[in-house]
Amino acid sequence: MAKILIPTPLRPFAGGQDSVDLPGATIRELLEALTAQYGDLRKHLYNDEGKLRSFVNVYLNEEDIRFLNKEATEVKDSDTISIVPSIAGGRSWQPWKHRLCR
Amino acid sequence: MAVPVAVPNFWRTHTTHLLSAIGNTPLIRLERIAADLPGIEIYGKAEFMNPGGSVKDRPALNMILEGERTGRLTKDRILLDSTSGNTGIAYAMICAAKGYKVKLCLPKNASQERKRMLTAYGAEIVFTNPAEGSDGAIRRCREIYESNPDIYFYPDQYSNPANWKSHYETTAPELIRQSEGRITHFVAALGTSGTFVGTSRRLKREIAGVRCISAQPSAGFHGLEGLKHMPTAIVPAIYDQAIADDNLWLETEDAYRMVRRLAREEGLLVGISAGGNIVAARRVGQDLARRGERGVIVTVLCDGASKYLSEPFWDDSL
Repeated sequence: MAKILIPTPLRPFAGGQDSVDLPGATIRELLEALTAQYGDLRKHLYNDEGKLRSFVNVYLNEEDIRFLNKEATEVKDSDTISIVPSIAGGRSWQPWKHRLCR
Repeated sequence: MAVPVAVPNFWRTHTTHLLSAIGNTPLIRLERIAADLPGIEIYGKAEFMNPGGSVKDRPALNMILEGERTGRLTKDRILLDSTSGNTGIAYAMICAAKGYKVKLCLPKNASQERKRMLTAYGAEIVFTNPAEGSDGAIRRCREIYESNPDIYFYPDQYSNPANWKSHYETTAPELIRQSEGRITHFVAALGTSGTFVGTSRRLKREIAGVRCISAQPSAGFHGLEGLKHMPTAIVPAIYDQAIADDNLWLETEDAYRMVRRLAREEGLLVGISAGGNIVAARRVGQDLARRGERGVIVTVLCDGASKYLSEPFWDDSL
């Protein structure tokens, strides 16, 4: 089971939890499992075409999945996935330094 | 004989102090954005032309001046506040010019451009949990202040009346003068709510029948930099819901599309909240045009695009 961290504004749509443990081999499978369990999250994360909304940033541990294999990025049981809205610029402007800043 | 080409008349012809360059921004008519709306004029206040690059220069300066007037800000105190970006840049700029120390709490996911700007002005940055957004920064800032209140000046932009008063005293009178009192609608999205509250209060006092319309992200989870979804956010103490004649709900993607359109059709390279404001202004204009009414709709172009150029939303497919 990988751990998905739920950002504060989405917690009311995920049973008030700050994290959810779910099974899945890729980011896509995990987010599918998440939105299957908590249907109200779907419209916040995906657009009408079923794509992740453009301001939704997903990190595998500290890597932005845009710089990995996007939604096909593979996930291990010990991994932590963060969903962070692109407020105040969620994405680093240096492609070689694409970690979520500590 | 060649006719001499007229030299444009640049009106800033005298020397001035940096801080006197805050305010008195142009009011720009958006011709093409409103071209399909008969009888509707849409104007944007070019706040990106302030020396700190955003509308926040106005409240930041007024809060600092107020701190000096009341003796709460002295050279041996550190200015401390939470900010998603622009207010921090304004504080850092003004304090650098005036010789004050600055400490700012901002979410870890703030862009590199912002962090570098703040550091370049000499400000100290405290990073807060990105998942908690600007509310997390507010909470952290309060903890730091309460642990040592004697060494800090905490202007608290969300609660400080000097925030909205800066717009009451400067933004609104400028708009009235520049529009020759013709404003029928003022539209602004809510962050601290200072721009909307201060400008609206003054406009309603000076112009009979003016309608003031606020705008907010449609949900707490959004990408509208600097804006707040009041039903789920920490509501700023200076926010007064009763001032708004109406409120519009904004989608992040609509603001992104408008930012691209403003760049290509108006030559205005502005930030996301400015895009949101124009989306809201257009919606007001569409409503009026549908009813066959005329309107002079004014809003604020809060900041320029320089801090967002590395964002993925410039890509047309998004």
